[in-house]
Amino acid sequence: MATAVAGETDKRTSPLSDAVVVRFAGDSGDGMQLTGGQFTLSSALAGNDFATFPDFPAEIRAPQGTLFGVSAFQINFGSSAIDTAGDAPDVLVAMNPAALKTNVPSLKQGGLIIADEGEFNDRNLAKAKYDANPLDDGSLAKWQLLKLNISQLTMDAVKPFGLGNKEALRCKNMWTLGLALWMFDRDRAPLVDWLNAKFAKAPDLAAANIAALNAGHAYGETAELAGPLKQHHVDPAPVAPGLYRTLTGAEGIALGLVAGAQLAKLPMFFGGYPITPASAILHHLSRLKEYDVTTFQAEDEIAAICSAIGASYGGSLGVTSSSGPGIALKGEAMGLAIMTELPLVIVNSQRGGPSTGLPTKTEQSDLYQAVYGRNGDAPMPVISARSPGDAFECAIEAVRIAVQYMTPVILLTDGYIANAAEPWAVPDLTTYEAFPVEFLTEVPEGGFKPYSRDEKLKRPWVKPGTPGLLHRIGGIEKEIDTGHINYEASNHQAMTDIRKNKIDGITVPDQIVELGAESGKLAVVGWGSTFGPIHQAVRRKRAEGADVSHIHIRHIWPLPANLGELLKSYDKVIIPEMNTGQLKTVLRDQYLVDAKPVNKVSGQPFTIAEIEAAIEEALA
Amino acid sequence: MNEMTTIARTTTLKDWETDQEVRWCPGCGDYAILKAVQRTMPEIGTAPENTVFISGIGCSSRFPYYMETYGFHTIHGRAPAFATGLKLANPNLDVWIVTGDGDGLSIGGNHTMHLIRRNLDCQIMLFNNEIYGLTKGQYSPTSRVGTTSPSTPYGSVDRPAQPAAFALGAGSRFVARGFDVSKKLPEVLKAAHAHKGAAFIEIFQNCIVYNKDVFEDFAAPKGAEDRQLWLENGEPMLYAKGTKGIALDAEALHLKTVDVVDGDWQAAGVIVHDVTNRSVAHMLVEMRFGEFPMALGVLYDDPRPTFEADVWRQNAAAREGKTADLQGLLKKGQTWTVTEGGPEL
Repeated sequence: MATAVAGETDKRTSPLSDAVVVRFAGDSGDGMQLTGGQFTLSSALAGNDFATFPDFPAEIRAPQGTLFGVSAFQINFGSSAIDTAGDAPDVLVAMNPAALKTNVPSLKQGGLIIADEGEFNDRNLAKAKYDANPLDDGSLAKWQLLKLNISQLTMDAVKPFGLGNKEALRCKNMWTLGLALWMFDRDRAPLVDWLNAKFAKAPDLAAANIAALNAGHAYGETAELAGPLKQHHVDPAPVAPGLYRTLTGAEGIALGLVAGAQLAKLPMFFGGYPITPASAILHHLSRLKEYDVTTFQAEDEIAAICSAIGASYGGSLGVTSSSGPGIALKGEAMGLAIMTELPLVIVNSQRGGPSTGLPTKTEQSDLYQAVYGRNGDAPMPVISARSPGDAFECAIEAVRIAVQYMTPVILLTDGYIANAAEPWAVPDLTTYEAFPVEFLTEVPEGGFKPYSRDEKLKRPWVKPGTPGLLHRIGGIEKEIDTGHINYEASNHQAMTDIRKNKIDGITVPDQIVELGAESGKLAVVGWGSTFGPIHQAVRRKRAEGADVSHIHIRHIWPLPANLGELLKSYDKVIIPEMNTGQLKTVLRDQYLVDAKPVNKVSGQPFTIAEIEAAIEEALA
Repeated sequence: MNEMTTIARTTTLKDWETDQEVRWCPGCGDYAILKAVQRTMPEIGTAPENTVFISGIGCSSRFPYYMETYGFHTIHGRAPAFATGLKLANPNLDVWIVTGDGDGLSIGGNHTMHLIRRNLDCQIMLFNNEIYGLTKGQYSPTSRVGTTSPSTPYGSVDRPAQPAAFALGAGSRFVARGFDVSKKLPEVLKAAHAHKGAAFIEIFQNCIVYNKDVFEDFAAPKGAEDRQLWLENGEPMLYAKGTKGIALDAEALHLKTVDVVDGDWQAAGVIVHDVTNRSVAHMLVEMRFGEFPMALGVLYDDPRPTFEADVWRQNAAAREGKTADLQGLLKKGQTWTVTEGGPEL
């Protein structure tokens, strides 16, 4: 993540007190995402650096107790810089047999299992396809096992509040959280405040949840348990002083778009259609009307982008957002925005594909779609965000390019970034340079030509309603300067060249090397949310003395001007991607470099160990 | 219509013509519609710079290039979506959508339905020629059963959509009909413009190349009185020079034609047209030509609050008493401060 002071002192195997990975896993109705979210906040307040990974099923209410209904939340927190949600958990909290079965294989050897034995009844064991109770048959011997009847302990704790069985059991997650807070020496006060605020209208529920939280904490403190349950204190990570908050990628994009629109001095129009995992952006922006934001839930993905283009035509900053399948539907309209040269930001929160694919899992497999996926020669800038905090910066950058070059821009993020949270140093907006848009309002010297161009090849932006500048635009090929319909061969050649040259000419910052030297034996080149595992893996291998560097590309199109030379200064280049090799293809095509792919398309992010292995292989 | 119409502007037909060469086939009904619109605009008194024509794809969708206004020739079927974004961005613009039976009811049927349902303030002119012209003559969603075309050499088998019935079913608050060469078309257009909300106008249009004279049975000047029922609000539904009328068969609950003797339409039970009567409007759009005359003019007109006005109202209410302090927003939620001494809330 972005806020920590990066060092190269990581140890390969950290003691538990340096960095800890905890995974909460339960039924999708057990409130694991909420538990994880609150534990995340407490980690922030304890001064730990952290990264999280929520992993939940595609079904809204999957049948209770089933393997496919398991919802998990993993957090990696520590006293040094944390870049990923962690490879293998140190602690697994399993609220039922299904959660144990699906998650225990990734637990570190010797790691701790905390299981709610109250849920390990015959019915739930059968649903999880266990023939025998794993808590009793010795099959978990390579881990430490702590069996607690969390269900019963919770029922006892909330008894005084007269809740029904079902409601009482819903406090289980708070009991578990209480125990986890004790384990890691955390303050309960912010959680108590949060529960009081959350249940302000139902004081009984607030009191019951607080009682469960306290009971879980007290259990850790007083239970005379020999063995695995120990208290750990994770020291604060060294971070720069300042104001921090937790930020998800969806929040980062929403806030960045608002900031971008303000820097451009434009009202924002957001046209969206519900789709996982992109909907969160629509939800966030819908609550920000006082920032001159209009949101529109359209009848489909096509109407969402078309309404955004219509708003841009009217002088607003048009924005639309979706995930892969929805982006596919928007393709034709993107071509119109290219042809009519109107500004537009298109956010793609990538998920597993093709077709419906894995809606709640993460992948980076829409890079071809972003760079190449339109009919005709239809070049468009593409930017990719590496983390929630970076998504804020990338959204501003996307707006800047869209209005300064009168072009649609694609901003790539993914399901992992959208849902994951990280600590974010709140930026000072006065440090950002404004780029106010100037509409053409009067006939310029020499007459008005809708497709005349400035030095950036940008055409003028005229709002309908402006006297004297009446004109028509559309998707049929335009005549140079005048914008009239023109089918002539030479004109089409010239206009195609202009559209290409305009995008090629976009100024993007030179590529920097994130870690390591600017030449050498091996460069690991990444984009998007693979930043964390690549960075950690390169850092660890460098600590072992390996000659390896990390390059992470934000501007996918056009690529930074120095990138070709930079890549050629290494003996080898490997490109880890959560796809079958898409950036690899682009870089090979653009620079004729022998870049080698490292691919993973399991719907799960890379682990650090996987990248380390790829580095070892490349250097062997 | 919109608030801008109060800003009167004196223009002539010439002010609404562009310098572009009109590229429809000679004799195409679109020429007559274009002239009718250009003739109507000065009478409406709106300003060209506040007027936007938005179209999809098809012969009809070339329309914006010929209007000296702002214009946007978009993509197939999606004009309503562009219009929605534009009107939400600037509700003061006078927005006209030009579409056809293929563009507006086939590929774009979804958007047409939602635009009408939301009641965006605009005029939708749907040129219905019952054929795909620009793609060279395939049958369309309004083609009659048995239409032979390049894609239906043995005749089409699917039943056609009824545009006016579709619009009313989608919740339209204004439904009108006219045809290309009708002298009354400007009056229909003016009524549509005067209606605040989504005003749907089905305009029968003669495609002389691929579906020639398909509306001739009611549109031909000769015998028109017997075959056209021009509806006027507050007037009895009479045709055939007042010798025939439309009445309600109260027992079967449908409309019927009746003979009017000596002009005594009351005795014959002829209905007086009330443009706000939705039940009668449903019967009028379903009235089958042949058994009945073709119902033309304003079939239904009963405005409701418009989408863009409600969105702006809600936005204004949500903004009331709030300041757009983005720096403050960034600091919102659960924050902590890291000092030399460590983090604190």
